[in-house]
Amino acid sequence: MANLKINGKTITVDVEDDTPLLWAIRENVGLTGTKYGCGIAQCGACTVHVDGVAMRSCGVTVGETAGKDITTIEGLAAGGVMHKVQLAWIANDVPQCGYCQSGMIMAVAALLKENPKPSDDDINDAITNICRCGTFQQVREAIHAAANA
Amino acid sequence: MNLQVNQHLMPKLNRRAFVIGTATAGAGLALGLDLPFGGPAVVRAADGAPEVNAPEVNAWVVIRPDDTVVIRIARSEMGQGTLTGLAQLVAEELECDWSKVTTEYPTPGQSVARKRAWGDFSTGGSRGIRTSQDYVRKGGATARVMLIQAAANEWKVPATECKVSNGVITHTPSGKTTTYGKVAEAAAKLEPPADVKLKDPKDWTIAGKGLKRLDTVDKTTGKMTYGIDVKLPGMLNAAIKDCPVFGGKVKSFDEAKISGMKGVKKVVPVGDSAVAVVADTWWHAKTALDALPIVWDEGDNAKVSSETIAKWLAEGLDNAQPAYIGNQNGDAKAAIAGAAKKVEAVYSYPYQNHATMEPMNATVLYTPQKCEVWCGTQNGEAAFAAALEASGLPADKVDVHKLMLGGGFGRRGMTDYVRQAVAIAKQMPGTPIKLLWSREEDMQHGKYHPITQCKLTGAFDADNNLVALHYRLSGQSILFSVRPEALQNGMDPAAFQGVAQSGEAAIGYSVPNLLVEHSMRNPHVPPGFWRGVNVNHNAIYMECFMDELALAAGQDPLEFRRKLMGKNPKHLAVLNAVAEKIGWSTPAPKGISRGIAQVMGYGSYVAGAAEISVTDGSKIKVHRIVASTDPGYVVNPAQVERQIAGSFVYGLSALFYGGCTVKDGRIEQTNFDTYNSMRINEMPKVESVMVPSGGFWGGVGEPTIGVAAPAVLNAYFAATGKRIRSFPLRNQNISFA
Repeated sequence: MANLKINGKTITVDVEDDTPLLWAIRENVGLTGTKYGCGIAQCGACTVHVDGVAMRSCGVTVGETAGKDITTIEGLAAGGVMHKVQLAWIANDVPQCGYCQSGMIMAVAALLKENPKPSDDDINDAITNICRCGTFQQVREAIHAAANA
Repeated sequence: MNLQVNQHLMPKLNRRAFVIGTATAGAGLALGLDLPFGGPAVVRAADGAPEVNAPEVNAWVVIRPDDTVVIRIARSEMGQGTLTGLAQLVAEELECDWSKVTTEYPTPGQSVARKRAWGDFSTGGSRGIRTSQDYVRKGGATARVMLIQAAANEWKVPATECKVSNGVITHTPSGKTTTYGKVAEAAAKLEPPADVKLKDPKDWTIAGKGLKRLDTVDKTTGKMTYGIDVKLPGMLNAAIKDCPVFGGKVKSFDEAKISGMKGVKKVVPVGDSAVAVVADTWWHAKTALDALPIVWDEGDNAKVSSETIAKWLAEGLDNAQPAYIGNQNGDAKAAIAGAAKKVEAVYSYPYQNHATMEPMNATVLYTPQKCEVWCGTQNGEAAFAAALEASGLPADKVDVHKLMLGGGFGRRGMTDYVRQAVAIAKQMPGTPIKLLWSREEDMQHGKYHPITQCKLTGAFDADNNLVALHYRLSGQSILFSVRPEALQNGMDPAAFQGVAQSGEAAIGYSVPNLLVEHSMRNPHVPPGFWRGVNVNHNAIYMECFMDELALAAGQDPLEFRRKLMGKNPKHLAVLNAVAEKIGWSTPAPKGISRGIAQVMGYGSYVAGAAEISVTDGSKIKVHRIVASTDPGYVVNPAQVERQIAGSFVYGLSALFYGGCTVKDGRIEQTNFDTYNSMRINEMPKVESVMVPSGGFWGGVGEPTIGVAAPAVLNAYFAATGKRIRSFPLRNQNISFA
């Protein structure tokens, strides 16, 4: 049993403490916007915010994150208003298959919180998510668009 | 050394013929299935609204009373934008309001029941738009004529006095207006016109425009449902391990060791080569599977390694070995023997995994009365045929519900994961089972880009004119194992993609004496259609060698090519377009080197020109790639741009980081740490030049992948004088800067 604070709500989940946060979110909480891509913190498809910091949820456990503020893609829009990163993603028609984009958007939202006007080099350093469709050109444009929104 | 061909992977039946045959036999059958996700007619539209009272004007167009237009799409969306492009083509002829368009997938089962009303579902070979554009546009045009007729009937006026714009019908003489939503029900009862005239693409207002995709919003909120996200009441989750050596079998497994583990419900054999653990959650299933002792019978294939495969392929480069001739004119061997100068090089290209971001998965609910499948698939009909065969049920008791694909790239045209999921669900009737592969399972049980080697020999006369070219491939045929019925007297015609005599992947060069041949050698590693398919290696081999020939002739790579392309003006036009855009005739900026390449594939002519810099001889920064394509017609230029840039990421990831190697009969790479993929910091600026010349329909998703790698490799040679002929580049200690 663990208490997970996800998107502002505390949810009690019946899982072992060593369960990766990713699987607790997807299977026990039932929020499937956070994606499984590799399970070894390589691809970033499972990126969520833990206490405001972007983390690969496959690489942290329920035990390590219980009680902390966890935000998933479903909780990014505050009060029904889409986050500026989501709006920029829509305006720039970023996603192709879209599978990696939840993680990409969460990683970018965390970057902009820390660095509101990132340079191309800042983006290169901070955004390391894999996108097999190859949306990087639109991702970069949309990050700048969101930063200037 | 027993390097047997992979006969065991051949399908037992011709799936296409089977589906069509079933369609005929099943005509008029009512499905009568209870579809948890579906409305009564088709799966629910993308906007989630039920279709209960919406009249179907024809198979392609449903119009709701509120004027919403639901366009049916048979091909699969996997990121390539086909869903939006096909909807644009239908909407163009329909003359509806684009802002009111939504889409939905008919199911393969419904298609079977309606005499294959939606045609081919397969989404590969860059065919999504080009091979269905004609009948989907007719579907839109037919619906438009019927809707106008319905309004004319209501007003008791001739239809010729009515016109339509944005879904609003106007009776011109009286000025009366109505909307599609108001007349759709009456239109649905009319006989469709026998013939309709399609618009000239130059008059398009919806198609041909870079409109936004229809499926973006849900992909930014986490709402989009992929196969991995399916939830059904009472559903259990399965994790699977197939024998790591292809062709091997399960000898035994010790179920007792894990039966007490948390959440575990059942351990089941899947065919004779795999074991699955079914549990309450996938994490429990996977954890238990990892702890399950399994003994494999690996068989003779366990002796195979990359080294033994390479040796076997190298033997096929010897002219004394038998080979299939794919393209020839003149007498290349004689011309080479008598030539003033000869150039020879041997290249090789490795296995590649598709590595879709979403690993393979399928969810199945099986009872003795019905079998339903939910999955991402590039071919709904193939998944349907697989479910039929695996379930043993008749066509009217089976259906497949397609979901968004988390990447396809050719992998999800295969149905192995569907068959496995049905086999598991069949052992637990009445319980929905979601089978999900781990990344490791996905990496090691792919349908890999085939492995080949190529020996190229060029010969010049005393004036440095190229008089002969011998292109000798040795290696794996995809069709041999995937579609053996498509072989032509044993020859795989697709092996010659990009170097064929004619057709949709024709060579762009005229050489007086040409011989293109393939010594087919099929290792046990299962091959598949991997974005770009045989164009990938053929374009690298031919286009890098063209630069080698130009060097030998002392000529500029572009000028050397141009002289050989006089008879292929469309190939030449795209090459000229990239040369102009990159500024080939002017010196590159300091520290920058350029490379160029062209190829034809999937009916489209494409070229690329790269600008790179190299530090320490081994760190490559790709600054810019200019791409040009002539696909005949461009349905959505914004999506074409994205496909070009995306294809470069896929092709360059394979070039720099990819390469699947074989040891003890199995694939060594297991995850993105050993099979890496490009990140944003490695992304070049991609500029697209579209030069659609009309009169034909070419593909978009794949062709351009062929030019990225050779353009970069030729630029690398220009920078360093080093010619790389074996890949991936990481094996040569060359990396992104």
